[in-house]
Amino acid sequence: MEPNDNKLYILDGGMEPAFHRGHMLFLTNYEQEPIRVGQIVVFKVDRTRHNIPIVHRVIKVHEKEDGTVKLLTKGDNNNVDDRGLYVNGQAWLNRKDVVDRAQGYVPFIGIVPIIINDYPMFKYGVYSGLGVQYWVKIGGF
Amino acid sequence: MHTFLSRVNAVSAFSLSTLAALTFLCFASTFLVNYTAPVTINAANVVLKNVPEYAVSREKHDLGALRFDTTADLTPLFNWNTKQLFVYLTAEYETPSNKINQVVLWDKIIRRGDSSMVQLKNQHLEYYFWDDGNGLLGHRNVSLYLSWNIIPIAGTLPLWSGTGSYKLSFPSEYTQGRSF
Repeated sequence: MEPNDNKLYILDGGMEPAFHRGHMLFLTNYEQEPIRVGQIVVFKVDRTRHNIPIVHRVIKVHEKEDGTVKLLTKGDNNNVDDRGLYVNGQAWLNRKDVVDRAQGYVPFIGIVPIIINDYPMFKYGVYSGLGVQYWVKIGGF
Repeated sequence: MHTFLSRVNAVSAFSLSTLAALTFLCFASTFLVNYTAPVTINAANVVLKNVPEYAVSREKHDLGALRFDTTADLTPLFNWNTKQLFVYLTAEYETPSNKINQVVLWDKIIRRGDSSMVQLKNQHLEYYFWDDGNGLLGHRNVSLYLSWNIIPIAGTLPLWSGTGSYKLSFPSEYTQGRSF
């Protein structure tokens, strides 16, 4: 799912056991606030022309006096850092690569959209169920 | 409220509203909590090398290594809304080329129900202590401190640090040889 300005659903297992598929994060992106280690950030990677948002933790920060910064991220559940994922073979993320920061969290809410996406039969089942209900209601039975 | 379907409908609507209210209460009740705790940190066996960091470029960068001890009792941080703590050790320092450097050297996930005492002795670093340059040689003021990210059952994801840090110094000469 694409991240909105202020929330997104977790899609992969890179940050388990904190976040699982279907959990929802609330995000902010205050430009003036500096990015520091420990923060959970959202950045995009270009995988086969799809812009996928990745939600991982910052583990290195090198910031110059003028504000230019080099960042390295890593998923809590991964053994290696994210260098291999960065676009164009970059070794570091910079400030504008970071789209958002995670501020709050609600479990399990997104599980329905994910199930619908992963198992299309479920979607058809829900629609047919609704259809049957409507049909019963209008007295078709 | 006669048919089975309308009963199921009423019960599920009520359950969902209750869950939503409870989730909001989890957030509201721990929004302002102070998650600090005292920490002691010590380091020894400090070594510094200057070798190419191939993952970044062909240039030689400073690579530090050390062993550390740390003690922290994180039990008071586990309230009704704490699912997990992500605990990490950070080295923070300033160099001529970078005003702020922060490198995470070690981390650990403590889940609800696990032992919440952090007691490490002579612990290896989990991650390489690379500098973005050659700024660690003879550095006398690297701060080591322990922090944690509280992952709630529902609510905000605050970052807190322990009170108590360690001032680390690096030697003025590089260590040669292959052993670390």
